[in-house]
Amino acid sequence: MTSLSRDDVAKLAGLARIEMSDEELVSLSNEFTVILDAVARVQEVAGADVAATSHPLPLRNVFRPDVVIPSLSPADALSGAPAQEEQRFRVPQILGEE
Amino acid sequence: MIRNSASEMASKLASGEITSVGLTQAHLDQISAVDKDVHAFLHVDTQGALAQAAAVDAKRKSGEKLSPLAGVPLALKDVMTQKGIPTTCGSKILEGWRPPYDSTVVTNLKKNDIIILGKTNMDEFAMGSSTENSAYGPTHNPWDLTRIPGGSGGGSAAALAAFEAPLAIGTDTGGSIRQPAAVTGTVGVKPTYGGVSRYGLVAFSSSLDQAGPCARTVLDAALLHEAIAGHDPKDSTSINAPVPAVVAAAKSGNVKGMKIGVVKELNGDGYQKGVRARFEESLELLAAAGAEIVEVSAPNFEYALAAYYLIAPSECSSNLARFDAMRYGLRVGDNDGASAESVMNLTREVGFGREVKRRIILGTYALSSGYYDAYYGSAQKVRTLITQDFNKAFEKADVLVSPTCPTTAFKIGEKANDPLAMYLNDIATIPVNMAGIGGMSLPSGIAEEDGLPVGFQIMSPVMKDERMYSVGAALEAALHSKWGAPLLSTIPALAGSK
Repeated sequence: MTSLSRDDVAKLAGLARIEMSDEELVSLSNEFTVILDAVARVQEVAGADVAATSHPLPLRNVFRPDVVIPSLSPADALSGAPAQEEQRFRVPQILGEE
Repeated sequence: MIRNSASEMASKLASGEITSVGLTQAHLDQISAVDKDVHAFLHVDTQGALAQAAAVDAKRKSGEKLSPLAGVPLALKDVMTQKGIPTTCGSKILEGWRPPYDSTVVTNLKKNDIIILGKTNMDEFAMGSSTENSAYGPTHNPWDLTRIPGGSGGGSAAALAAFEAPLAIGTDTGGSIRQPAAVTGTVGVKPTYGGVSRYGLVAFSSSLDQAGPCARTVLDAALLHEAIAGHDPKDSTSINAPVPAVVAAAKSGNVKGMKIGVVKELNGDGYQKGVRARFEESLELLAAAGAEIVEVSAPNFEYALAAYYLIAPSECSSNLARFDAMRYGLRVGDNDGASAESVMNLTREVGFGREVKRRIILGTYALSSGYYDAYYGSAQKVRTLITQDFNKAFEKADVLVSPTCPTTAFKIGEKANDPLAMYLNDIATIPVNMAGIGGMSLPSGIAEEDGLPVGFQIMSPVMKDERMYSVGAALEAALHSKWGAPLLSTIPALAGSK
């Protein structure tokens, strides 16, 4: 039986960039014990000789001809921006002070 | 007028008996009358729909040659972008977002002069089987308003059953077109993966997502299928081959000499009595129509659900990283000095609902170092085994069949706190997505014990979509002659319905 503690879930939530309340962390941790038990069944069947399938189509990279085609105007591209400045997306501070 | 099939509406439009403006207005009136109870729509584009309809009427008047469905209205699942029209995916994180571009499906609908009435409700980011996970409240099943309409495309299916639209677009990652069709007594088709462009379909699980037609008859689904399908250079996973001749197949409905494989593992224990009874009856009707019924076995299907709930969350944890509060959508906590990371954390906490968070965290875990091989890696191997099972089964049969889901529509709230019980709804639909083949659900009657509709699933090999339409049309014809009318003619009337 696999389980995830409250702290495990907190670490994963951090990686996934989701702030979570203590109540949420605890209840998710309880749910994951059940869910992980169910999904762990995938380990029962496939031996080392079975290849992995990541995609239903046998595709390699698909390229288009390298020619310029029309794309979104700057106004359209910025139309949903929470904040903008000088035809750019304005975002909160990314780097620290120093 | 609104109770006609889309192809009947198209004939009346072509003969001049009705106009697209009149037809569109009739559907807008029905939406005004019943959608307060059904809640199939998140957004109704009254002006846009009427303007589009007037333009089609003008084209027709001028003698222009029009496509088969020109002037017929449609409901669009809110996971598809339409330029300038709110697109929320049932999520708070996209509330108020108006995309600056059309999805290829919408481009194709507009090219075919199909009228887009508005956007339909869905489980948030298509994660769910009941439409209860919408941030904007649940959709109600028109057969019984206390029950779920299926999910994630519950809005599209409910709109059809409530005669709010004769056609709709859905998307199917693990059953989100077929399961809603089954529980609402409508038709839903997941085409072969790559058959319909994913450009502008907001991604949940990219290797499984597929858009497709929802309708009230098999022929209507086929007409819509041909309108939206085809190669698209904007989607690198779009198949560059001719669209299967699904309309011709739906019109002929010939199953003489076809081999129909019953999947042993997708029946029996866990399937409701009335679901099994309707399935057996449909098999008898297909045999009487000249098909040969054989049994096939797919021993690895029992692992499909477990593999799905690793693969889909893994892909979603990556796909939904784009909702970072920087370029569009919700932004929370952007105070002086707040870091980008804290803004992301707060926005995603407020913007995502419970099930979406659950799957993102599960996917993050399944992909994390030390667990990758045991979870995501093993799930990908199961995917190979499922595809092999299908390949073997299709050596014995032209199409495969099963009930679409184990039960009829359950009560709203009944499974909301039990994620695993909810996931079991998709047990018969998920294998199709894992292998990328085609799948259809059509109504096979009513379960005697609860009076609710039951779905019959048909599965066809990659790019042989026409086969499921042949079988679907044959079964539909046999059932209609048995019932004397389509199943939806027996649906209880909604208050205020036209």
